Amino acid sequence: MSQIEAFKHAQPVPDDIAVSTRNICKTYGSVEALKDMTLEFPRGQLTSLLGPSGCGKTTLLKIIAGLLPPTSGEVTVNGKPVTGPGPDRAFVFQDFALLPWASVLRNVAFGLELRGVARSEREDIAARYIREVGLGGFEQAYPHELSGGMRQRVGLARALSVDAQVLLMDEPFSAVDEQTRRKFQEDLLSLVQNENKTFIFVTHSIEEAVYVSDQIAILLPRPSRVSEIIRPTGFRQKSADSIRRDPEYLDIVDDIWASLRSYVE
Amino acid sequence: MVYRPLFLKLLSALILFGAWEIAGRIPVSYAFPTFLDSVAALWRMIIDGSLFVAYAETLKPLVTGVAISTVLGIALGIWIGLSRVFDWLFSPIFVVMQSAPLAALIPLLVMAYGIGLTSKVFVVCIMAMPVIVLNTAGAVRHTPENIKAMCRSFMGTRIDMLFKIIIPAASPLIFSGLRLGISAGFIGAILSELKITPTGVGDIITFSRSIADYPSMYAAIFSIIVLAVLFLNLLERTEKHLFKGNDRGYVSD
Amino acid sequence: MKLFGINLPAMSSLILWGLLWEVVGQAELTFFVPPLSEVVRTLVTIIGTPSFLSALGETAYAFGMGVFFSILIGVPTGILMGRSRLLDELLLPWVNVFLSAPLTALVPVLMVLFGFGMKSIIITTALFAIWIIILNARTGVRQINRSLVEMARSFGASPLEAFFKVYLWAALPEILGGIRIGIIRAVKGVIIGQLLISIAGFGALFELYSTNFMMAHFWAVLLVLFALAFSISEFLAYLERKVAYYAAVR
Ligand SMILES: Nc1ncnc2c1ncn2[C@@H]1O[C@H](COP(=O)(O)OP(=O)(O)O)[C@@H](O)[C@H]1O
Ligand SMILES: [Mg+2]
Repeated sequence: MSQIEAFKHAQPVPDDIAVSTRNICKTYGSVEALKDMTLEFPRGQLTSLLGPSGCGKTTLLKIIAGLLPPTSGEVTVNGKPVTGPGPDRAFVFQDFALLPWASVLRNVAFGLELRGVARSEREDIAARYIREVGLGGFEQAYPHELSGGMRQRVGLARALSVDAQVLLMDEPFSAVDEQTRRKFQEDLLSLVQNENKTFIFVTHSIEEAVYVSDQIAILLPRPSRVSEIIRPTGFRQKSADSIRRDPEYLDIVDDIWASLRSYVE
Repeated sequence: MVYRPLFLKLLSALILFGAWEIAGRIPVSYAFPTFLDSVAALWRMIIDGSLFVAYAETLKPLVTGVAISTVLGIALGIWIGLSRVFDWLFSPIFVVMQSAPLAALIPLLVMAYGIGLTSKVFVVCIMAMPVIVLNTAGAVRHTPENIKAMCRSFMGTRIDMLFKIIIPAASPLIFSGLRLGISAGFIGAILSELKITPTGVGDIITFSRSIADYPSMYAAIFSIIVLAVLFLNLLERTEKHLFKGNDRGYVSD
Repeated sequence: MKLFGINLPAMSSLILWGLLWEVVGQAELTFFVPPLSEVVRTLVTIIGTPSFLSALGETAYAFGMGVFFSILIGVPTGILMGRSRLLDELLLPWVNVFLSAPLTALVPVLMVLFGFGMKSIIITTALFAIWIIILNARTGVRQINRSLVEMARSFGASPLEAFFKVYLWAALPEILGGIRIGIIRAVKGVIIGQLLISIAGFGALFELYSTNFMMAHFWAVLLVLFALAFSISEFLAYLERKVAYYAAVR
């Protein structure tokens, strides 16, 4: 625990906050999914929500997205309160949520289509992001012709192409095989560096959270609460392939496991 | 709020029967009696027993036909499902029968077997049998390979395989085929009573129409629909009860 | 099935049955079954005749109209039921009742209400088809992946856009499946209607040929009708398989 304390204060909390949630409560009937959840998400950084399944990660993310109304409390994005989905946020779905009847190009352009962008313009933008996520040449393919990893790249390209400032990702790599997932994690690191966007990333994998995050919020169930905020900083500047051997990385992974293990049945 | 489904069911029945009553009072047509008149006519037929006499007549071809279709259909279906030769030989016939308007055969059946019970039983059988055969055959053919392999690995005989693995595994689908077959059998039974010779409920319908006693006509129709729906619902309940937790998630129509 | 190492196509046994038919006919076992070759010869002679063409036209018209109305009314009703819980709870019991009710019993009602003509036949056809179309459209809408709905919302789709760009397409495989079964039922409904209501279309031909003991003619028309019904159902099954890939990724 003492080590975590040390990391926590290794760097001051940035004061440029893109998204913040204040005293969010959410109950489903008699189930209390979130209780008094207060969190801040610094701009241009990746914050993970990490916790065992059922602790309310998806619920929190959907409340931030405006897809679910909170029972009480408030979410603000750039200081403005959230009342519903908006162009400042884009969602990446765990199960991709692609239109099976539409080509990759139309799927990626779909967010822009719904925003009323003219066809030629949105297809230009979509084509650019398709290449960016490494799917060049698959523009006319259909989702059922792609592997799971490629489908999630389509979902990612769709979220990037609407150029939202905040990307909300709900376990985006959990339906993807292990090797592809590692590649995704590396790509995600460079994405965070290159795009000046705020990422909110839900995962239940400790290694994944420590590997990709600037800030990790550990959520605990029953009652749902934030147990700690960890800011792994020491290895952020290192190259993607040496992080996993970094002693600080390994220590944080161990410490998080030590604090979570009692909550796993 | 706990009773919401029941409440809404009653409400929707009230709306429909209310609309019927109002439409009958306007009246939308001289041949459209009110709901209450029809219920009164039904009550009269129940009291004087004519409805039961009629059903005794109607159920004869229906029950005989359904019984024959069930026994023959399931036996044939199992056979077709087990043997590739029989599958090749017989499946196409039932596939064609399933999609064909078999009612067209009625004039021929009447010529061949007259206007008696035989023709009517035949009509019920040709309507009910295809779906029973096809569902049974499909279910038997698609018995999960892994439980068949399990049976073999524990030294089960072919008889064991058939009676302890294949038939139990197929029974939910066989049962739902039976339900569809019986539903088609009802259609066939009424069709034959209206088309071949008016007997039983078909007689009440035809006769009361000819003397313009519309409440009785509607009452008879109402009663046969209620009977069919109640019986099929009962079967569905039984099915759900018998095969609880046996949903394997593939269906056939 | 395999014979001498050759894979026999699925429906090829019908050839064998055709041969059997020919043999039974040639042997003159029964007056009711003339040889297949005679039936086919008769078929060739009657297929261009005005009486056959008008029967075909009348049947196709009643069938087409019945199917048209059942789709036009059935699909939107089913979609609305899938979207609205109140509507669903009010209508579903009745849809289920009419799905399993012996609809032939309703035909006399149609006759007294709508007369002995085309109108009643069309309504009979539609009554046979519509319930399964409603039920399948409802199922299709209800099983749409939640995250697809949320995706549309999160990118700011209006309700109308979400309906036409997402719901309708996502429910398409089930809707098509319902339409296929509905159309197969409509074929049966139109013939039942023609036999019971007025002696029109193919129903008239069957009556005519059987009362005049023209067995070859009777079988010829039956053959055409069965072949048409079977082709329609196979064609629709083919269409449905084309959208089957949906289900895997939905
Ligand atoms: N639509 C819902 N209705 C009722 N309970 C729900 C619903 N969605 C989630 N829950 C409950 O809320 C809790 C948190 O769920 P969720 O946010 O999906 O957790 P996570 O994503 O961390 O696994 C769980 O206990 C879950 O059962
Ligand atoms: Mg979740």
